[in-house]
Amino acid sequence: MSILTVVLNIVVIVLISFGVFFFATGTVGFLRFPDFYSRMQATGKCDTLGVVLSCTGVALYALHDGLSLGNILVSLKIMFIAVFWFLGGPTATHALLNSAFKSGILPWTKDGKAIIEWPPK
Amino acid sequence: MDNFFLAIALVLSFLVLICLYRAVFGPTVIDRIISVGVVGTKTLLVLLLMGLIYKRMDMFVDISLLYAILSFIGALIFAKYFVRKGVL
Repeated sequence: MSILTVVLNIVVIVLISFGVFFFATGTVGFLRFPDFYSRMQATGKCDTLGVVLSCTGVALYALHDGLSLGNILVSLKIMFIAVFWFLGGPTATHALLNSAFKSGILPWTKDGKAIIEWPPK
Repeated sequence: MDNFFLAIALVLSFLVLICLYRAVFGPTVIDRIISVGVVGTKTLLVLLLMGLIYKRMDMFVDISLLYAILSFIGALIFAKYFVRKGVL
């Protein structure tokens, strides 16, 4: 276990544990928030960040047994997944929010009075 | 390192089980759609970790790439479909 692999292992462990931490916070937010919009905000942000961090960790670990062409291609594909989800996650969240708002779901308020008048004049 | 990846995969699948609560008891239909999306993102990670554990990274990378793209397109189709039907 040369010094390089030890450092790589530590970096991978830190990245993946941060990714799982953000997944856990997203799940807690997803369960506890009162209404659909706040739940969507929690999961949209935390899952995207969790995927990006964990995918970079996995991509780094895919290089751990030598820099052959196969390893580089595999880790590039994993980085592509991370970049794709970094762009796609918020887009999917926006589409879902847009469709929920158009079909008339109003944001939650503590005293129940709607803060946005619907349907818009 | 394999035990670490196995532990992370187990933690993620435990989080998936917690997310399924909202899928079952979610008051509105759109809550169930988000829980499908959230479960999809977590299984994407579990797939990648399985690739690392089984040392078949080149096969599992393609599977998880396909899974990411399909779950993204699925969310868009849910959004597009439920606006027209107005079923929320």
